[in-house]
Amino acid sequence: MSVLVFIEQRDGQVRPVSREALGEATRIAAAIGGPVIGVCAAAKDPGLAALGEAGADRVLLATSDRFAAYDAEGTAAAVEAAVRGVQPVVVLFAASAMGKDLAPRVAAKLGIGLASDCTKIDPASGGLTATRPVYAGKALQQVRFPKTPALLSLRPKVFAQVSRAGTSASVEPLAVTLPGDGPRARVLRVSAVAGGKVDLTESEIIVSGGRGLKGPENFPLIEELAGALGATVGASRAVVDAGWRPHHDQVGQTGKTVSPKLYVAVGISGAIQHLAGMSSSRCIVAINKDPDAPIFKVADYGVVGDLFEIVPALTAEVKKLNAHG
Amino acid sequence: MIQVVCIKQVADTETRVKVAADGKHLDPAGVTWILNPYDEFAVEQALRVKEKLGAGEVIALSLGGPGVQTTLRNALAMGADRAIHLRHEGAALDSLSVSRLLADAIRPLGAGLIWFGKQAVDDDAAQVGPMTATLLDLPCVTAIVTVEREVEGAREVVEAKLPAVLTTDKGLNEPRYASLKGIMAAKKKTIEDVAAAPSEPNLEVTALAPPPPRAAGRIVGEGTAAVPVLVKLLREEARVI
Repeated sequence: MSVLVFIEQRDGQVRPVSREALGEATRIAAAIGGPVIGVCAAAKDPGLAALGEAGADRVLLATSDRFAAYDAEGTAAAVEAAVRGVQPVVVLFAASAMGKDLAPRVAAKLGIGLASDCTKIDPASGGLTATRPVYAGKALQQVRFPKTPALLSLRPKVFAQVSRAGTSASVEPLAVTLPGDGPRARVLRVSAVAGGKVDLTESEIIVSGGRGLKGPENFPLIEELAGALGATVGASRAVVDAGWRPHHDQVGQTGKTVSPKLYVAVGISGAIQHLAGMSSSRCIVAINKDPDAPIFKVADYGVVGDLFEIVPALTAEVKKLNAHG
Repeated sequence: MIQVVCIKQVADTETRVKVAADGKHLDPAGVTWILNPYDEFAVEQALRVKEKLGAGEVIALSLGGPGVQTTLRNALAMGADRAIHLRHEGAALDSLSVSRLLADAIRPLGAGLIWFGKQAVDDDAAQVGPMTATLLDLPCVTAIVTVEREVEGAREVVEAKLPAVLTTDKGLNEPRYASLKGIMAAKKKTIEDVAAAPSEPNLEVTALAPPPPRAAGRIVGEGTAAVPVLVKLLREEARVI
């Protein structure tokens, strides 16, 4: 009755989303009674023994030079081999860029359904039930799994990590026959976007700007506030479609769905497709000149007024706080 | 080269989601149906590839009830050469069932490139592209923007052997509007009607519900005078900074 977790690594570093998946795996394992087993594909061991602290009892490691960059087909073969060897009842992935690419391939190989981007898992109610946002969060869907194992990917920043200080995981080699002479789709180059900032989907704090900023030349206001808060900059669809900001900054139904602990919406009126993408944030602040703007309906704290005065004052106040602790 | 573009009809992104009487699905009453926005990028890119090659055929493929014909006509009006309608009525199928039906329909076409949007904006599953590729045993690159794919905070440049499956993300291109000429031409293009026979479900939807409402917030104040109050609340009440 084990739970298998795909351990995502990039450049020899285990990614935080996998620690979140391990955390949830320990909760499921406690309910069903069984070990938490990781599976990782890497050119060399990215320090997997340390994942004992994050909840893993054992980690299976498939090593190949092919895994120096993401090799989708090779990694899918490794996970499939682990599933066939371990016979888990639950398999977890992160719903990250890699997990979204990988999990459907594994599901297709196994001929088993997959629930993607889950935000809640209930292992107790007569077979596992998962909750997943659909329509970018305008509704929540509940799904059940007719076959074993249940395959799920987990939305980043939703599931808590665990800390079992001093525990280490045993790392065991996983034998895999890799398909083909090499990857049929090969990563040639990886380039950081905008100075390697934290991606919106993995940010603790997001400051988003909308049409209220009047032009791309005013986005430094947002960037300065984001800098003071240690936040990532986001944007509404209106300003992305107007070409003020790149597409990867867009929050909402045709952009990214985010769940940070703090979301600051500046000059964003709150179109339904934007609200869908950010209303699962823990705390929402809205700054807008229109007191009737829909954004105030979802905001925990609203400030009405001229953002060109309020945002610099807020930046200064946060900086003051940072300086004095 | 033959290219296949797999498209889905979805509820417009401005739709307010109401749950149907069965408690499991979207109430379709009053919903405006559109071509999935991510699939528009796929149609556009396939057309651009054909234009660049100066030859070939673009086939639009969609699974669903009779309403899907409108969406297929959209793709034909944009410039696709012909369409295949995999007819299936009733509740939406799980992603693996859809992928199996699409893979069976695509296999005999001899396509060099198969396009999908990276996800549909209704179920947000983002599964059918890579699943179908795996069932067809083809390489697949997901979420492409320009010739690069987006990952968290980075972009990867990927080279793939053809035939291949590609899924498209926003930013790849600016989809064209169908011209009047295109709309007229689309009326004469063929939509092949094929009955789809899905297998047993691989995932069972048990409920659809609105998200829990957020607790009512409050207006902290007006103008810069509200800023110190806001910071205090964020620090001491919400404890997020």
